[in-house]
Amino acid sequence: MSIEVRNATKRFGDFVALDDVSVSIPTGQLTALLGPSGGGKSTLLRIIAGLETADSGSVSIEGRDATHEPAQKRNVGFVFQHYAAFKHMTVAKNVAFGLEIRKTPKEEIRERVDELLRLVHLQQFADRKPSQLSGGQRQRMALARALAVRPSVLLLDEPFGALDAKVRKELRDWLRHLHDEVPVTTVFVTHDQEEALEVADEIVVVNEGRVEQVGSPDDLYDAPANRFVMGFLGPVTELSGRLVRPHDVHVFTEPPAGLASTEGRVVRALRVGFEVRLDVALVGVPDAAPTTVTLTRAESRTLGAEAGSTVWLRPAPHALTLAV
Amino acid sequence: MARTSPWVRLTLRTVVIVYLVLLVGWPVSLVVRATFTDGLTALRDALTDPTVVFSLKLTVSVALQATLLNTVFGVGISLLLVRTDFRGKRLLSALIDLPLSVSPVVVGLAIVLAYGPRGDWFGPWLTGAGVDVLFAPLGIVLATAFVSLPLVVREVVPVLEEIGTDEVQAARSLGANSLQTFWRITLPSIRWALVYGVVLTLARSLGEFGAVKIVSGNLEGRTQTATLLVEQRYHDFDHATAYAVAFLLAAVSVACITLVTYLRPAHGNAR
Repeated sequence: MSIEVRNATKRFGDFVALDDVSVSIPTGQLTALLGPSGGGKSTLLRIIAGLETADSGSVSIEGRDATHEPAQKRNVGFVFQHYAAFKHMTVAKNVAFGLEIRKTPKEEIRERVDELLRLVHLQQFADRKPSQLSGGQRQRMALARALAVRPSVLLLDEPFGALDAKVRKELRDWLRHLHDEVPVTTVFVTHDQEEALEVADEIVVVNEGRVEQVGSPDDLYDAPANRFVMGFLGPVTELSGRLVRPHDVHVFTEPPAGLASTEGRVVRALRVGFEVRLDVALVGVPDAAPTTVTLTRAESRTLGAEAGSTVWLRPAPHALTLAV
Repeated sequence: MARTSPWVRLTLRTVVIVYLVLLVGWPVSLVVRATFTDGLTALRDALTDPTVVFSLKLTVSVALQATLLNTVFGVGISLLLVRTDFRGKRLLSALIDLPLSVSPVVVGLAIVLAYGPRGDWFGPWLTGAGVDVLFAPLGIVLATAFVSLPLVVREVVPVLEEIGTDEVQAARSLGANSLQTFWRITLPSIRWALVYGVVLTLARSLGEFGAVKIVSGNLEGRTQTATLLVEQRYHDFDHATAYAVAFLLAAVSVACITLVTYLRPAHGNAR
């Protein structure tokens, strides 16, 4: 295990950011700390980096106790949401910073900076100032800067949070490829479940200062430990007292013979791209929120259900459901 | 933007211009005119008078020392105010503005009480140790530094607040210690605000009168600064010298203001 956090607790005044958290992060993998804002995931990352100290608990990095080591001794690379570019330095100088601090010979610095700028596709911007780069380019520069010192772990705090949707998606794929090329142990914080599912080898779900579940993206999706994890990884809806994913609900226009089902009325049909979303008010539970069902456009057309239709719902066979 | 009628604009402009001319432009121009009524003789005579030369040298030396002190402490205090949290921080922040609101005469008296040989305990102790504060350049430097204390702090604090601590934390995570982080990251980020604050401090220090008058004793050729000399010569009817030295002081201030005006846009563009 590359990073071991044991019983970390952190309070800011009355607010408990981390409540006795223990996490092991495997070597060489890309791990996501996933959770809602204010859930403590950034605090956990900053404690690993030494930018924040836990009130109690311990941190070890590659088997070495780092609990009382200051940030500059931990040899971690840290990438900030808002880039934290050194504005008065050129891109090349930014990347060289850590090496200059370590008194690396000039020639070696030049080679390493060249190599890294090529890796992040910024070689033609070496002499520019960060202010002349786009957000995505600045974040790649920040990554090169963090990687330059060959850190034992790379930590990224909502690295794509400040970028627009398209650039975010590009950088996400690019980070995955980069990690396959440079397999340094990487931990990134995100509140975007799609980002975590797509990029990470392993996901740690953090909520209200506690770890809810740790596992591979498939584990988490197929076997969520609780309602929070299930709800956070994708939309859920309620059907006959169970939580179920909206695409795991089967819809019938006649009561299905020999199968238990729940009758309801479609109160709204909404098309979003290739998907059709039906809100169904169930008979017998008038005050409950309507059950949401998602169908593909083709399924919806075959079914012919529209607002006002009466339908029967049941969870698909093998659908994952949790008690409400 | 709302359109103002041309009459309102014209009236406003006239009022502002008349006000500035009556208050600043005309009187200062009279000093210049009085200095050069006999061509360069007044300036030449003044600059060959050893007492005048001494006072100018003393003023420059005191201003430089006070500015140096306030640069070092100003940056230190700014970092403390912005980047740390402690009890009494608001009180400290308010204290720093005190020199702006308290009359320099009060400052002078306070220094006499604190550091004078008849003071409480520190003054006599200093005198015993052979350190003269009152009627000595050290006292003048202290008084001047007190009066110009807020100028660097008030320039640097907003910039420090604006840049935040992300860059500092990035530098730390890249292995830089506090000193390296300060020299390589923080100082370059605040450099224009600092230059601006230093120039203001220097201009203020060169012109200080009230506090200096009380602590210095106004001893000709020993503790008489340029501003004190102007006052004395004026009262002694040596108007030519008074105007010449006053002109020199005003010229340096104008140069400082010009420098600052020139730096302002650079300050904005740097970020």
